[in-house]
Amino acid sequence: MSVRAAEGGKHNVLHPGDIVVLPVDLAMAQDSTGPLAIKVIREMGIQKLWDPSRVHLVIDHTYPAADEKVANLHNLIREFVREMGCRLVEGSISHQHLLESHVVPGMILFGADSHTCQGGAVGAFATGVGSSDMAAIWATGKIWARVPESVKVNLTGKLEKGVFARDIVSHFIGRVGEDGGNYRSIEWKGPAVKTLSISSRACISNNSMECGCKLSVFEVDEATRDYFKKVNRKPLMEVHAGPKANYVKEYTIELDELQPQVAEPGHVDQVKTVDEMEGQHVDQAFIGSSTNGRIEDLAISAQILKGHHVKAGTRCIVTPASRLVFEEAITTGLAETFLEAGAVFTNATCGACVGTHLGVLGENEICISSSPRNYVGRMGASSAQIYLASPATAAASAIEGKITDPRKYL
Amino acid sequence: MRLSGRAWVFGDNVDTDQIISGKYLTLRDPDEMAKHVFEAARPEFPSGVRKGDVIVAGKNFGSGSSREEAPVVIKRVGISIAIARSFARLFFRNAINIGLPVLECKNYARIVEGDIVEADLEAGILKNMTRGDTFPASKMPKFLLNMLETGGALEAYRRRHGES
Repeated sequence: MSVRAAEGGKHNVLHPGDIVVLPVDLAMAQDSTGPLAIKVIREMGIQKLWDPSRVHLVIDHTYPAADEKVANLHNLIREFVREMGCRLVEGSISHQHLLESHVVPGMILFGADSHTCQGGAVGAFATGVGSSDMAAIWATGKIWARVPESVKVNLTGKLEKGVFARDIVSHFIGRVGEDGGNYRSIEWKGPAVKTLSISSRACISNNSMECGCKLSVFEVDEATRDYFKKVNRKPLMEVHAGPKANYVKEYTIELDELQPQVAEPGHVDQVKTVDEMEGQHVDQAFIGSSTNGRIEDLAISAQILKGHHVKAGTRCIVTPASRLVFEEAITTGLAETFLEAGAVFTNATCGACVGTHLGVLGENEICISSSPRNYVGRMGASSAQIYLASPATAAASAIEGKITDPRKYL
Repeated sequence: MRLSGRAWVFGDNVDTDQIISGKYLTLRDPDEMAKHVFEAARPEFPSGVRKGDVIVAGKNFGSGSSREEAPVVIKRVGISIAIARSFARLFFRNAINIGLPVLECKNYARIVEGDIVEADLEAGILKNMTRGDTFPASKMPKFLLNMLETGGALEAYRRRHGES
């Protein structure tokens, strides 16, 4: 942060609590936060954005529009993009799209969406802000930020069969609580990091938001470098914690000992192991979201569902995180497996996770979901209940119509 | 900046979906959205809240989404200040940006629903006028206090650019 903050103002060595001005490399808003940012920038009287090529508007929360109001908001965004010459993306979830196409190590990325911290998976400085902050960035290319304290999470061992990145981060949130990372930067370290794919790291960085963190970062390693060679994008810089790095807290997670995790409805930190929840009836199983809608999530779900059928009386909805994931799921036959199993395979959208379309819950319905939040009313009715789990646990639960340990099917 | 009012007391981890559910964001009109503030958590709130009232909450108030509409609707129904043990970082930023004063106080639990409290943002002091208690509270960096006094980030920008 120090190095990049130096570009934004006169900063030398930074300490937690310092307020700095950061230069922004990429600024994103989506169809839920974008319209308000557009309203603010119009009220500011700004005619020209600081750098339209660095401003991305992503229509993902409700894509395609589910009703007339949303359709009008989408058009408002399209019109703004045309006028300002910035970038428009439709039908991929912002975080996954940016990971696939734009984010690089060392980049400073701000998004008007809380899960923007996903960018930390590849060593970017990535965090969420609200619409007014986003409008200010669009106008100036800069933003003030408070230097966060750092927390270190040491990952050791190796995940057992049926246990996934989502279980690591769910376990962590359960351990530190909903505010355990508030204002802080989480650094994921330790020998087990190299066993985690970039997608798995993205899941962890994304879902870390649920303990309130500002950043959730994996240092660049061989896997990151390979990934950027493969996608042919050049890292801006590698940021590594120095030997004198200070951590306000350190945790260790022994991956071998981890069980599949399930968060109980209402709060993301009410996390138990799957055996404590087994047998709970579910009306819907949702596999998707920016947290867990990548190809590895769909692949494990398809592997579990293959040769089985979604239980009568239960719906299973599979929503990929991006157009690329959607296409790959079709070309590799995963989509076919979902359809054969009786699941619904949708286009890429935030959809059910934000309760806007493609899987909204009715009164008293119970859902197991790989999405990041189980707040009251999040996916629809206030009386609906949302259990959070990995895609594998959601898929196994779809087969049995009740919360089920995925290891049974692997 | 000194603000006082009648307290509405909330617990820990009041998330943004409780403040304003995602399904109401497409309403866009803050007055329409404000009818649904705390709809599931405190159904009596939208009709019972009076101008100048104060929110007093536990830790991590406003957790979750980046939606700026959360502090917007709270301000719109007339809440003069949100006081909490702590705020989620996105809510904290958004609140200041839209001109909703916020104050962190560790002694939040000594405020009871209906108590009259007074917050002094410059001094970092919270008083329970009903019970005669005085508590230390957070002090805000000067530039944020100035932004709040101006009415938020947009107002501050307009004044700097002489359009107010």
